[in-house]
Amino acid sequence: MVVALHAEWTKWRTLPGQAWLILSIIAVTVGVSYAAIAAQHCPAVGGCISDPVKQSLLGIEAGQAVVAILAVLTVTGEYATGMIRVTFAAMPRRLVVLSSKAVVVLGLVLAVGAVSALGCVLAGRLVLPGHGFTPVNGFAAYSLGNSTLLRAACGAVLYLLLIALLSVGVATAVRESAVAIGVVLGLLYLFPILLLVVTNTTWHRHLEQIAPMIAGLDVISTTGLKSLPLTPWQGLGVMAAWAAGSLLLGGTLLRLRDA
Amino acid sequence: MTMLTYRSGVADGRDSFGQTVRAEWTKIRTMRGWLIGLLLAALLPAGFAFLSRSGCAVSETGANGKSVTSACPGPPIGPNGEAVEDDFYFVHQPLTGNGSLTVRLTSMTGLYAAAGLNTTTGTAGWSSGLQPWAKAGLIIKENTTQGSPYAAIMLTGSHGVHFQYNFIHDVTGGPSSVKAPVWLRLTRSGDTITGYSSANGVRWSLVGSATLTGLGSTAQIGMLAASPPYVKATSAHSGFVAPSQATGVFDRVDLSGVSRSWNGVAIGGDSVNAPVDTGVDAWTQSGGTFTVQGAGDAAPDIGMAAPGGGGPGQSVDLDLVGDFVGLIALIVVATMFMTSEYRRGLIRVTFAASPNRGRVLAAKAIVIAAVTFVAALIGTILALVVGLHMLHSGGVPILPVPKLTLVRIVAGTAAVFAVAAVLILALGALLRRTAVVVVLGIVIFVLEWLLTRGGTLPISVADWLLRLTPAAAYAVQQSIPAYSFVPGNYTPANGFYPLAPWAGFLVLCLWAAAALGLAIYVMNRRDA
Repeated sequence: MVVALHAEWTKWRTLPGQAWLILSIIAVTVGVSYAAIAAQHCPAVGGCISDPVKQSLLGIEAGQAVVAILAVLTVTGEYATGMIRVTFAAMPRRLVVLSSKAVVVLGLVLAVGAVSALGCVLAGRLVLPGHGFTPVNGFAAYSLGNSTLLRAACGAVLYLLLIALLSVGVATAVRESAVAIGVVLGLLYLFPILLLVVTNTTWHRHLEQIAPMIAGLDVISTTGLKSLPLTPWQGLGVMAAWAAGSLLLGGTLLRLRDA
Repeated sequence: MTMLTYRSGVADGRDSFGQTVRAEWTKIRTMRGWLIGLLLAALLPAGFAFLSRSGCAVSETGANGKSVTSACPGPPIGPNGEAVEDDFYFVHQPLTGNGSLTVRLTSMTGLYAAAGLNTTTGTAGWSSGLQPWAKAGLIIKENTTQGSPYAAIMLTGSHGVHFQYNFIHDVTGGPSSVKAPVWLRLTRSGDTITGYSSANGVRWSLVGSATLTGLGSTAQIGMLAASPPYVKATSAHSGFVAPSQATGVFDRVDLSGVSRSWNGVAIGGDSVNAPVDTGVDAWTQSGGTFTVQGAGDAAPDIGMAAPGGGGPGQSVDLDLVGDFVGLIALIVVATMFMTSEYRRGLIRVTFAASPNRGRVLAAKAIVIAAVTFVAALIGTILALVVGLHMLHSGGVPILPVPKLTLVRIVAGTAAVFAVAAVLILALGALLRRTAVVVVLGIVIFVLEWLLTRGGTLPISVADWLLRLTPAAAYAVQQSIPAYSFVPGNYTPANGFYPLAPWAGFLVLCLWAAAALGLAIYVMNRRDA
């Protein structure tokens, strides 16, 4: 296993362009979060946004797309070049290969996700108090000492880890970069699109409970938790179930199919 | 000596643009996965429209004591076929043939429920103040039915004198600082209605005139009072809509020198925003002085942008949200159409057969644009048919859209997707990395739409994104125009875009042209 991990790490770090991918995860996540809070002021004409913490972590919604690229490419990149046959010749136990790929991706996303989340929190700390989101106006102090903010930031990193696992599973199942990315992002963005048109409140609530992105991102909500269809950790649990399901599917197909 | 040269009996392969296009067409139609992608794009939107079924019904107790359920009543329809709001107080009498009504509006005042309506007692604490688009003035209308043709000259709460007719037409008369007292005159000559205003009743200025069809030989003419609801936002996602009313006091009333009795009627009944009893009758006459008090508005229905989220009607563009799921499949196909050439090394064969690289890219662009257009067109039409059927069977009223607008929405959406596919193809040629291009495409065309239309981003950010980025082209889906004279919440989340449909489409075309030009330039300079 250690050897397999080492091999996967070597493959990953010697590919060109990986630094760009890592940098763009951080840039996109922090950039979108900054854009989402920079335009917000309180008190405002139309009223203040209710959850500045969630708003300051909103970049996760865009950054997850780049995380999905990173995770998908570690799998499909090998299929594209035929390298996968060499890999399996060297390491015939396929699930070991899959798990070491997953571990390498998890390690990378953990590091990048932590930096991105810290960047978002830093942006929030620099921008939000100056824009009126202070205890005077009824908002909790924006600092990592605040336990809900800490939960939201850690939850955001965990969410990105689960996105990476979901992507690895899907990529193993479909073996083609474009299709894998399409399936992952389709899965994430399809439910919010559906929610725009479903007006039946019961259905609406059920969809919010099973949608990977919506339920998963409950973990970065800090206000109005009672009105959420799931608690933040339950929501992350739904996302984890999707990731587990996709890994199970990918792993099964990997064992059963020719490479 | 004669030189004999060998000539093959096989005719030369023609090296024409048509041949290159044909080669690209063959590539796309022989890939099973891509065909599945195109099929998904054509079928998924209708599936979404099917899932989005919603119902609307009102129950009434029938004559036999049983409850009767019927479809929700739709909004009234104006003379131009659009949904309208037609609620105001009308003090009127018939006018046969030509004539002229002159009054002096001596005062205009308003009341509104500043703290909202107490829903349990139905009472409100009234504050005085006029809504900006409160109206008091003169109107001539075919009859007292909602939606019938009309023309009116009026003083507004804070926009001065306006001449409006048939709900969607508005002419500004003079500065917005004009307040009561003001003289107003409305004349009918044949089908032409003209509105005048004056500060002193001596020197008159023409504000506007309109030719109304369907007014009939006898129309109702008189005084109106209306006031759109007071809207207070308490935060970005909550707020309330409260009743308001306007009161106009008229004297020196002169209807072509004739003196007959007047009748008062609340157009649209005491509906949504009816004046709440404040101890004053809806209209009173004492000698030559008339006091008319009314609520509501005579204006086009602006759907979700209307205060409080609008009336019962649903706009047609909501049936098309499934298109964006199909778009994900189209993005994948458009990307692979370019990047898979690089992956398999096929690009070297392609360039060997057709060395003019710009021509190859142009042929690819034409083919992908054509197939995407067809797939998206089928998808959009099916989604619209299924969606409208679901709304109809669920009893949900639909906001009618002029035929040309519907054609613009349907064909425009397909054209936007086709140009989007060309942009993605060009990105594929530039970047040559499948996963990156797919994600870029989805972020630009799906995520951005979701964040702006779903209302996640602040309105100012959403508006700027929809002006500058390729997603500006989604303006082709706007089904109701924004009216400067109708107060509303004209945001992307409510279906209103910052650019005109053609301007938004142009923004996308410029992006696609720039990307395609850059791709041809780069491809000509680098190795395949």
